[in-house]
Amino acid sequence: MNLMSPTRREFTAGLGSIIVSFSLDPKLAVAQQAAKLPGSLAENRMLDAWIRINADGSATIFPGKVELGQGITTALTQIAAEELDLPLARVRVLTTDTSRSPNEGVTAGSQSIEYGGTALRLASAEVRAILLDLAAKRFGVASDMLTVADGTMGSADGRKVGYGELAAEVDLHREATATVAPKPPATHKIVGKSISRFDIPNKVTGGVAYVQDMRLLGMVHGRIVRPPRPGSRLDGVDEATAKAMPGVIAVVRDGSFLGIVAEREEQAIKARQALIKSAKWTLGPELPDPAKIYDVLLALPTEDIVISDKQASMPEGTKVIEATYRKPYMAHASIGPSCALAEFKDGKMTVWTHSQGVFPLRNHLSLGLKLPVADIRCIHAEGSGCYGHNGADDVSLDAALLARAVAPRPVRLQWMRDDEFGWEPYGPAMIMQAKAALSGGKIVDWNYELWSNTHSTRPTEPGGNNLLASWYLAEAQTAAPPRIIPQPAGGGDRNAIPLYDFPRQRIVHHFIKEMPLRVSALRTLGAYSNVFAVESFIDELARAANADPIAFRIAQLKDPRARAVIEAVAKKANWKEGEVGDGRRGRGIGFAKYKTLSVYVAVIAEVEVDPASGVIKVPQAFAVADAGQIINPDGLTNQIEGGIIQSTSWTLHEQVRFDRDGITSRDWHGYPILTMQDVPHVEVELIDRPAEKSLGAGEGSQGPAVAAIVNAFANATGKRIRELPLTRERVKAALG
Amino acid sequence: MAIQLKVNGKTRAVTAEPDTPLLYVLRNDFELNGAKFGCGLAQCGACTVLVDGKATRSCVTPIGTLGESDITTIEGLGTIEEPHPLQRAFMDEQAAQCGYCINGMIMTAKELLDRNPKPSEAEVRTGLDANLCRCGTHGRIIRAVLKAAELAGRI
Repeated sequence: MNLMSPTRREFTAGLGSIIVSFSLDPKLAVAQQAAKLPGSLAENRMLDAWIRINADGSATIFPGKVELGQGITTALTQIAAEELDLPLARVRVLTTDTSRSPNEGVTAGSQSIEYGGTALRLASAEVRAILLDLAAKRFGVASDMLTVADGTMGSADGRKVGYGELAAEVDLHREATATVAPKPPATHKIVGKSISRFDIPNKVTGGVAYVQDMRLLGMVHGRIVRPPRPGSRLDGVDEATAKAMPGVIAVVRDGSFLGIVAEREEQAIKARQALIKSAKWTLGPELPDPAKIYDVLLALPTEDIVISDKQASMPEGTKVIEATYRKPYMAHASIGPSCALAEFKDGKMTVWTHSQGVFPLRNHLSLGLKLPVADIRCIHAEGSGCYGHNGADDVSLDAALLARAVAPRPVRLQWMRDDEFGWEPYGPAMIMQAKAALSGGKIVDWNYELWSNTHSTRPTEPGGNNLLASWYLAEAQTAAPPRIIPQPAGGGDRNAIPLYDFPRQRIVHHFIKEMPLRVSALRTLGAYSNVFAVESFIDELARAANADPIAFRIAQLKDPRARAVIEAVAKKANWKEGEVGDGRRGRGIGFAKYKTLSVYVAVIAEVEVDPASGVIKVPQAFAVADAGQIINPDGLTNQIEGGIIQSTSWTLHEQVRFDRDGITSRDWHGYPILTMQDVPHVEVELIDRPAEKSLGAGEGSQGPAVAAIVNAFANATGKRIRELPLTRERVKAALG
Repeated sequence: MAIQLKVNGKTRAVTAEPDTPLLYVLRNDFELNGAKFGCGLAQCGACTVLVDGKATRSCVTPIGTLGESDITTIEGLGTIEEPHPLQRAFMDEQAAQCGYCINGMIMTAKELLDRNPKPSEAEVRTGLDANLCRCGTHGRIIRAVLKAAELAGRI
């Protein structure tokens, strides 16, 4: 094999490193009832779970958070290098692997810097202090008399010792204490710099960069045959014809799970086509009528949770406004279909996966394969951007089932484009209802209710198996019951509680258990929908109050950092108080503090509307973000820009299409996205607050961007669209 | 059957059916990682290579139709140590998030710059419009192509 070779080499050859074993069982550590540690140290308390000092003077870090194209590997390395006083080139990163990485759960929710970064920062500071103590003993001086640079410690009289020389003495198999203070931000030399991402050179020169690029010795190729729609049963298939096709090694059938393995990839694809043709299915239940999907959802039973209830006296003579907003099912629509490699050898399964959570995945693989967790190893390898829970986990079980059938040959399985669109779990459709009362130019009462399915059916969920193939096995398994993701982060109700200060408010989350379409986590969970609805409604209220939308927001926001990003974006965009569009062009603002506890982002977008065709374009967007202490400014900017562009695509184009027979969005024609000609110019400004903790930012700009776009449309035309996406038909209907 | 292909200046042989899409031969037989499977339908552009200088979707190009054509993949443009101006510019501009589409962006831009060494921003946008990016890296990609034109002009 030639992927991740440094990792593999290091793991097997050992490099004379000082660590021989890892204590990764969080239960063991928790059982000792020690003090709560910050960030992901809380569940992974041992220093050697995070860091190793190598005999060559380098350090190896073991993040439990994975690279998804968001640049996290580079940012976490910056943090560790800074605290360890090592140059970046001497900090190596091992990919997340259930056999040795800390269990940091799922890489999601813009939490990697906050949790993984905190753990690495504190662990690194502590390891440096331990090394300093060792050096001090060797020199017979106090450790605070030593200098440290580039991994070499020096005494006042000129003696020097490198980390590598102490590697054999240092014992990191001990609990972190989190008592060593990290460096003051003012002294940072690496954190806060726009370090170029480590992964990009390979990605632009054809290097091995993705799980899709892995080649194992003797590897063969798999493909899967899915039914026409969910819940179908495979009654029969002409296995013999497929088996006789060139290169075919096995037709793998277990109940209604059907796959093929062939020597060559194109042979597997051809055999898949043959199996699709001959497969006879008893079809599962019809899908709901897409024209009535919101009514279908509203008619389902709900569990109702009041997530905010604030009472005050209600003034007389208020002006009451109501509005309902809708957001459709959306797809992750990764550019590269999901892929996994699996190898079953000596009773043990190894899976290379781009899952966001290799540990949770391993648990559900264990259920699906009926193998003990200890006999399954999941190793992360980067995939195409996933933006949440796409097919990454499902394809891992698919590949493992095929690999077991052709053991010991390793199988590479990449879904076809229609597998990905047809079977990934979508971002849920949602309905948001808002009602508010105005008095004296301010909101005096705010009522907001939302209806949504769950926003996570990841393999993190207990009580079932959430991997697709498991539901089709002869001994069919069932999915885990959907759970409510609690506030303050929330799921469907993420960002449903606005940051504005209203004297009265009542916010209700109507959680719908039954899922007409399979859904799960899509970047921002409910925040995109709720910020769309809340910020649209705020604009509607500002208009009803004859107020400038920016002044109206500022007047009802106490949080100074919130006000600062809004004021800064207004300045950056040269916003004119009371500015109104001309029927074709207009601008609007959107603001949110992601999850109400993470990054602050304000966006001003400009739209151009062609009333004749109904086409909307977004030529320009400005954004200001405050993510606390910035680790890598360019990386942060890249995430904010990308979020705005992706949100523009969601807002203008995206909607999973289906009919009663099944999903009809099966390729890029059936699921169009924004293309290069129509991508807005985006200008991002960052507010750095080195003294504040770093806030996750990868999902911070999508909500503010959709709000800015819909508000710009209203500003341009005087009409409001309350249902996404902003299709030509809706635009024309709105303009009458 | 054995088919000969001229890839990055070298003639290489593969035993595969003539209707095999070029993409699978490049990736699996020649171990060239650059071209990516994105859709298999010529819709997204992730698999783009140059065939006689023309940006071509390798996922729908049967090897049997290629004859003596010169096939260039991203590996044929340059290396990390000696990158092509396009590769240099994509690194300089940090023009990737997940990066899965970037092969297609660079290869399509290569043909564009060969035809039009000093494109306007609008021409870059039009030229890359049929290549899909999902992370929202478009702005950086456009900047990288314009920068590559500048770099190439200086060489």
